[in-house]
Amino acid sequence: MDEQLRTLDAAQATKHHEESRPAGYGSLGRISAIARNAFREALRDRVLYNLVLFVLLLTGAAIFIGELSGGQERKIIVDLGLSAMLLFGVFIAIFVGVGLVYKEIERRTIYAIFSKPVGRGEFLVGKYLGLCFTLMVNVVVMGIGVSLALIYVSRGWDPLIPTIWPAVLLIYMQLMLLTAVALLFSSFSSPALSALLTFMIFIVGHFSADLKVLAVSLGSTSARWFFTALYYLLPNLSNYSFITPAAHGRTPAAGFVFANASYALVYITVILAAATLIFSRRNFK
Amino acid sequence: MPVLEIANLTKDYEVGFFRKRKVRALDDLSLSVDGGQIFGFLGANGAGKTTTLKLLMRLIFPTSGSAKILNRDIGDVRMHERIGYLPENPYFYDYLTAREFLEYCAQIFGSPSAERRKRTADLLSRVKLDEKSWDKQLRKFSKGMLQRVGLAQSLINDPEIVFLDEPMSGLDPVGRREVRDLIASLRDDGKTVFMCSHILSDIEVLCDRVAILKRGKLAQVGHLEELRQRTDDPNRMEILATGADASDLQPPANAIVSSTPRGLRIEIAGENEIENVLVALRKAGGKVVSIQPVKQSLEELFMD
Repeated sequence: MDEQLRTLDAAQATKHHEESRPAGYGSLGRISAIARNAFREALRDRVLYNLVLFVLLLTGAAIFIGELSGGQERKIIVDLGLSAMLLFGVFIAIFVGVGLVYKEIERRTIYAIFSKPVGRGEFLVGKYLGLCFTLMVNVVVMGIGVSLALIYVSRGWDPLIPTIWPAVLLIYMQLMLLTAVALLFSSFSSPALSALLTFMIFIVGHFSADLKVLAVSLGSTSARWFFTALYYLLPNLSNYSFITPAAHGRTPAAGFVFANASYALVYITVILAAATLIFSRRNFK
Repeated sequence: MPVLEIANLTKDYEVGFFRKRKVRALDDLSLSVDGGQIFGFLGANGAGKTTTLKLLMRLIFPTSGSAKILNRDIGDVRMHERIGYLPENPYFYDYLTAREFLEYCAQIFGSPSAERRKRTADLLSRVKLDEKSWDKQLRKFSKGMLQRVGLAQSLINDPEIVFLDEPMSGLDPVGRREVRDLIASLRDDGKTVFMCSHILSDIEVLCDRVAILKRGKLAQVGHLEELRQRTDDPNRMEILATGADASDLQPPANAIVSSTPRGLRIEIAGENEIENVLVALRKAGGKVVSIQPVKQSLEELFMD
């Protein structure tokens, strides 16, 4: 009888707590709360201050390079603007990305968070999406900056303005991939090592097509297997570089963008799943 | 009914880089805590108190053993909807204000925004954080203020059981008194409080039951009175007297005489020696204030 009453009490208490939440609240709500906080953290840590530097760079380019480049100024603006967008984005993805989880462990802020009904996977995904949103704001503002610079040098509407945006989208996908890689490394290693490894992946990822060529040209079967495996394991970032064609007014085919988006989605899902698996086993001493 | 059941919980840590060896931080802990009480978890530094709490909060994983909180396994994330936790020396997001941090915590529990704001304001008032500090970033907070925010966040979901790791740490005497009252009021609200502390006076005043942990092992558990009875010698008596000087007194041979701010304290082995002490006191011109059995303080229990 006592046992029955006890079970009933416990069931009622659970029901009370579950009823006090709005309907439909669950994992997505928690992930969204964590992502919003991660975005707020980036804002308060002045991550977006890089935009000021970007604007200064672009303004300087628009004013001075135009004088020197003899009609090539529009191409240079797009080339410089999108390259800076990639560079600044990579810098944020790596340095903020590797600190996302590490800082929380080091400062012990996760103690209070994990005592709440937050799964470790939810935490990682939330932090990841928060940084992705920060990067999105960054690339969109930079894209607008490049467009305004084009308007300035063309003294009006410029046909390159709509053609830069598919390239911006591809840069953003590349940054999302890189952020996931940074997060994976930071789930088990120190920030310095994570940053180094992520940077190496960024560099090698741009030459991954060469790895396949190398694998085919090698005589040894084991070496061929090794380089082929490496080709499939590393993110193929060269597919996301469309800066030079964009500067020449070319746009990628919709199928190409879609294929790259699908690849990024699958790759990011796998990487985040691996990071969750590692992170779920970690002891926070 | 037990709201916390710990069965044979053991935690080993690996230390060393090349030559790894195991250090046992918690050794076969079994414990049960009933609802609606304040349970004190005592132990010296490194005794395993924080390790136990971290295991319960799934911040670390047990080497062996299991635990249930509110009838759910500690691995069950849903159980965390009904508990609160204040970590030791709490660190929170220093870029957030106290209000933002609490609202963020409430958001994790899915509280609607109006309720979130109200609960945040209620809790910040309840922990007596000065209203002027509510919108200041936590990086500007003193240790005591952070401790109050930590207490508030542990109560954000109106938990049934609250785990507090050194809740008085960093607080001044007024703050300690206020937090002590707050903890007592949680019990009045029907909540269970599981608190780790080494401030024995607070434990003595607040706790219904205590467990003492020594080098990772459970040394004693029970009501304070029970524990004292277990170790007290029921025959030993203490007599407190004023007006007499220790040098003038000629007490029985095995009596222990000491001067205290309240007067002379004479400890004797049994009731049959009371008369001898009274005679000696009368001769020395002293006046008896009290005669009572000797009770061990919690400190003595702790040190045993």
